[in-house]
Amino acid sequence: MIQIPTNTTLLRELLTGFIRNEVHKTGLTRAVVGLSGGVDSALSAMLAAEALGAKNVLAILMPYKSSHSDSLAHAEMIVQKSGMESLLVDISAQIDAYFERFPDADSRRRGNKMARERMTILYDHSARWNGLVLGTSNKTELLLGYGTIYGDMASAINPLGDLYKTQVWALAEAIGVPDEIVAKVPSADLWVGQTDEGELGFTYREVDRLLYLMVDQRYTRPELLAAGFAEHFVDDVAQRIMATQFKRRLPVIAKVSQRTIDRDFRYSRDWGK
Amino acid sequence: MSIRVAIAQINPKLGDLPANLALYEEKIRQGIKEQAEFLLFPELSLTGYFLRDTVPSVALTMKSAEMRKLKQLSRQLPFVAGLVEESADHRFFNSAIYFEDGEVRHVHRKVYLPTYGMFDEQRYFARGDRIRTFDSKFGRMALLICEDLWHPSTIYLAALQGALAVLCPSASPLRGIVDAQVQDDNARYWEMINQAYAETYSLFMIYGNRCGFEDGVGFWGGSEIVDPFGQRIAKAKYYDEDFFVADVALESVRRKRTMSPLLRDEDIDLTINELMRIRERPRAPKVIQELKGTKVRKFKKPKAKRRKPRAPRRR
Repeated sequence: MIQIPTNTTLLRELLTGFIRNEVHKTGLTRAVVGLSGGVDSALSAMLAAEALGAKNVLAILMPYKSSHSDSLAHAEMIVQKSGMESLLVDISAQIDAYFERFPDADSRRRGNKMARERMTILYDHSARWNGLVLGTSNKTELLLGYGTIYGDMASAINPLGDLYKTQVWALAEAIGVPDEIVAKVPSADLWVGQTDEGELGFTYREVDRLLYLMVDQRYTRPELLAAGFAEHFVDDVAQRIMATQFKRRLPVIAKVSQRTIDRDFRYSRDWGK
Repeated sequence: MSIRVAIAQINPKLGDLPANLALYEEKIRQGIKEQAEFLLFPELSLTGYFLRDTVPSVALTMKSAEMRKLKQLSRQLPFVAGLVEESADHRFFNSAIYFEDGEVRHVHRKVYLPTYGMFDEQRYFARGDRIRTFDSKFGRMALLICEDLWHPSTIYLAALQGALAVLCPSASPLRGIVDAQVQDDNARYWEMINQAYAETYSLFMIYGNRCGFEDGVGFWGGSEIVDPFGQRIAKAKYYDEDFFVADVALESVRRKRTMSPLLRDEDIDLTINELMRIRERPRAPKVIQELKGTKVRKFKKPKAKRRKPRAPRRR
């Protein structure tokens, strides 16, 4: 059985160091994070509380009227447990006001709109509270493109983006995210009954093993098949990664000048910091 | 003789020369206070590491005001700085410079510029073309920068030129977190080679790594000194800023080399002869064979061509 290495002691030290360093070098001391009640945002928030101090983390809970009642309860559990600042912003009114004009919108459009609405709230409070928006997308979601571009994929810094979902679970457990949050079925909770694994068509444990060999260990297609993965599964995942590459990049810029941003105008983001 | 060596494990600001020069001054003062006789700064620690297009704007020539300042600082305490050096013909090097008594005593231009995976050094830097030792007032040393040491030829050349200590400024990022290992995979590898080189070549490995994050990449710190017996005599913290002073007893090199005269017995001629043979081995037939799957044809040595006269390269 393929095991993805998950040294939780080292990861915890690295990721809290990352949050502290990257926040402090911008001249700020605080972070803002959207808390959904799921394991990813719980882990991101708790790492930030450990790195910056709980009082320097603002958790914003942004339920919609159809959100599962457990989601809000679990988010509140994290706030209670860690002692971070929190704010409840129900997004039902603003979402419903918009879709009154477009009543035929399907659940995908509605889900994406909710994710982007939450993003604008996080960035508004980022300015109000002087905190950086903390990302909660993990490596599995980012590679599969299973997220809303400029919605939940948007952030200033993301401590989880190089951790597969199974690593998120292990680290969450190690730093004390409550069991009911770690153990529950993963869901974006954008519509009633939605589950990630149902929507994706495979489990996180399965796909993480495949992604780890494909991406991290650079296994070729024949090597993956020899390792026991089904052909259609390998091809489906490879296709998803390719098809969603746009979500992991900045918008394409038409080259006109000698120096085009991000093509031949290349600077690190931490330039001067 | 014994030297009190200090290593400043710092977290420089990316592309901010004045801030980093001030940090250098602070660490030099600390070194003096702690009675160090020599101080090692990490690779590119005067500029930051992921410089990309800022390379030309933070580059120093031998005439730069910052270079004069560094020389002046070395009157109080000799040190190695890690910086971008611009040559007279405007090539930019990832260099480490040894300053002593107000002068530049030695410049090492990084030879092996990693350009793979997360690294892009050859895009921005020119490649150094020599491995030389130098005589500091404490004895003969060599300066090799980070990736240089991942090529065993560099330390071999340094050892054969009489280095008693190899100074290695480094900007080594954390990558590859592995289960049940105390450190990440990069740190594990560095600690292994520092120990193996020190013992194999009977010299001191003085390794100064940086810490902090640049664009999410963390540098693991863990600077260290390993003696010729392979003993780790000083170790800095992982990940965080640190500063230590340790006594480096260069006379123990003599003791070790008396017990195991490996370098004395090294057969340089054999190595040179074998290298010459390896270099001249005809390669073309092998490539043809691989491409066509045909039998090896006898390789004819090409007639020496007369080279076209080229315009002399400015240096």
